Amino acid sequence: MADMQVDILIIGAGPAGLAAAIAAREDGIESILVLEREKEPGGILRQCIHNGFGLHRFEEELTGPEYALRDICRARELDIEIQCGTTVLSVSPDRVVTCVSPETGFRRIQAKAVILAMGCRERPRGALCTPGTRCAGIYSAGTAQRFVNLEGFMPGRRVVILGSGDIGLIMARRMTLQGAKVLACVEIMPYSSGLNRNIVQCLQDYDIPLYLSHTVTDIRGKERLEGVTVSRVDDRRNPVPGTEIDFECDTLLLSCGLIPENELSLGAGVQLSPATSGAIVNDSFETSVPGIFACGNVLHVHDLVDHVSNESFRAGHAAAAFVRSVPGEASFISVEDGDGVRGTVPQKIRRNADANVSLMFRPAAVYRNSTAVVSCGDRVIMKKKAMIYTPGEMAVLELKKEQIQSMEGDSITVRIERS
Amino acid sequence: MEQVITCINCPVGCRMTVHLSDAGEFLSVTGNTCPRGARYARQECTMPERMITAVIPVEGSACPLSVKTATPVPKKMIRDVMAALSSVRVSLPVSAGDVILHDVLGTGSDIIATRNLP
Ligand SMILES: Cc1cc2nc3c(=O)[nH]c(=O)nc-3n(C[C@H](O)[C@H](O)[C@H](O)COP(=O)(O)OP(=O)(O)OC[C@H]3O[C@@H](n4cnc5c(N)ncnc54)[C@H](O)[C@@H]3O)c2cc1C
Ligand code: SF4
Repeated sequence: MADMQVDILIIGAGPAGLAAAIAAREDGIESILVLEREKEPGGILRQCIHNGFGLHRFEEELTGPEYALRDICRARELDIEIQCGTTVLSVSPDRVVTCVSPETGFRRIQAKAVILAMGCRERPRGALCTPGTRCAGIYSAGTAQRFVNLEGFMPGRRVVILGSGDIGLIMARRMTLQGAKVLACVEIMPYSSGLNRNIVQCLQDYDIPLYLSHTVTDIRGKERLEGVTVSRVDDRRNPVPGTEIDFECDTLLLSCGLIPENELSLGAGVQLSPATSGAIVNDSFETSVPGIFACGNVLHVHDLVDHVSNESFRAGHAAAAFVRSVPGEASFISVEDGDGVRGTVPQKIRRNADANVSLMFRPAAVYRNSTAVVSCGDRVIMKKKAMIYTPGEMAVLELKKEQIQSMEGDSITVRIERS
Repeated sequence: MEQVITCINCPVGCRMTVHLSDAGEFLSVTGNTCPRGARYARQECTMPERMITAVIPVEGSACPLSVKTATPVPKKMIRDVMAALSSVRVSLPVSAGDVILHDVLGTGSDIIATRNLP
């Protein structure tokens, strides 16, 4: 038996959960509850103190905490209940959510709709197979970001960064500005997945060398890290003997990508996509389990929080519509990844979609002057040419609802064509 | 004088060559694909500026205060601004938007809080 009933229960009060809650309340849903395990809402943005957020949504460059604050204030205006310090332990397929908090203890809440907005986490060291000893001084870049920006202490003084994703680049600058020496940023691929802006303003501004096609091949130290060895890699990413460079350092930061946090989703029986590691959803962001929705980084890893908010507004509206009506049997068009395309979301579109649908995907490689093509069998539905498609930037194609309603086949394919 | 820089305004990342006079005045730029690149090249090669964000410790709070410059400041002053920040004393409570330091080092830019600290 449930201790409590709500219309919409949202897990996570990051930008995704907040936007979904705001949209649902604006649609007139009274009974909304947001559960957040941290002591404050805002999600990962609380620790992203650098600027560059919100250019698309607010046409203004905000820092992470400022961006989060706008949604938090709006949620307060709308009197949305956010319970912090509350960790969700499980979600059942019939939408009973189990959670625990110091104040209220253990509770079971029955929801008419659940929105999963748990965000993502960083790939841990184990998943990277870095060699060498297991000493202290090795952190994920996001953990270091949390230490410095939220807890106010520096994890080390001489730093090497493995991986050149944006979080690693941002941390190279932060550690430097807060007084550490960053010796190198090491990237196994021949290109960085970080933004040009971050390469220039986080590395070049501080003369931090970027070693492309290199990786860490040895880690030394007994209790605390004492040094690492970096080697060049060949085309197959195997280290080339004789190219070793030694660095004396007390800290190694790992910035090797993010993975959606889907333990709860799996427990609820939600089907995941191998391409995104997030739920398989339709154009209303509903997962394979009726009434359970997903949005934000738990669905697929975004690079821009503006996209997270947009997607989550749509998910919130969709959950509100679900609570209101008894949906009939829908028929779907499936969305397939074609050449050069990975992880298109949504994976299914309702044939009778009532709004435009954004198809979001990651290009599989760098394509210059190329065209993204959506086709249904032999028929091309839309094309979008761009000067560049790159894995570092999520691509978005907007399908009009009229285009969807007039589709005949059972599936469409998204691909990139080199010109 | 020639300087080669990468445009940071979009993922294309054009490599641009900027021609400067001996006195360092901007003459011309090649390699940009669009006018945004040209504007950036002129700024970056004559008067580069950066927004600075940082955290400063606050007595009586476990969590430091995050701050930013209200407007970009000359790039060569980043270290000086960070040094100026290290001696700032902040008293609680603070709200996002509060001015923490007026006109830091005569740059015309205020240092403002980017979060609330009760
Ligand atoms: C370390 C790091 C740095 C980043 N830096 C940038 C950046 O500089 N710029 C940028 O645009 N994007 C950045 N991102 C991407 C950023 O995560 C997204 O833009 C955005 O914050 C995602 O929003 P979200 O709401 O989906 O997830 P999050 O912001 O991660 O929010 C998820 C929330 O769910 C809560 N939660 C999770 N599980 C539970 C549970 N079981 N019970 C209760 N609550 C739970 C979490 O505590 C968290 O507050 C970064 C991501 C990470 C991980
Ligand atoms: S010059 Fe224009 S196209 Fe080239 S990187 Fe800059 S903004 Fe992009």
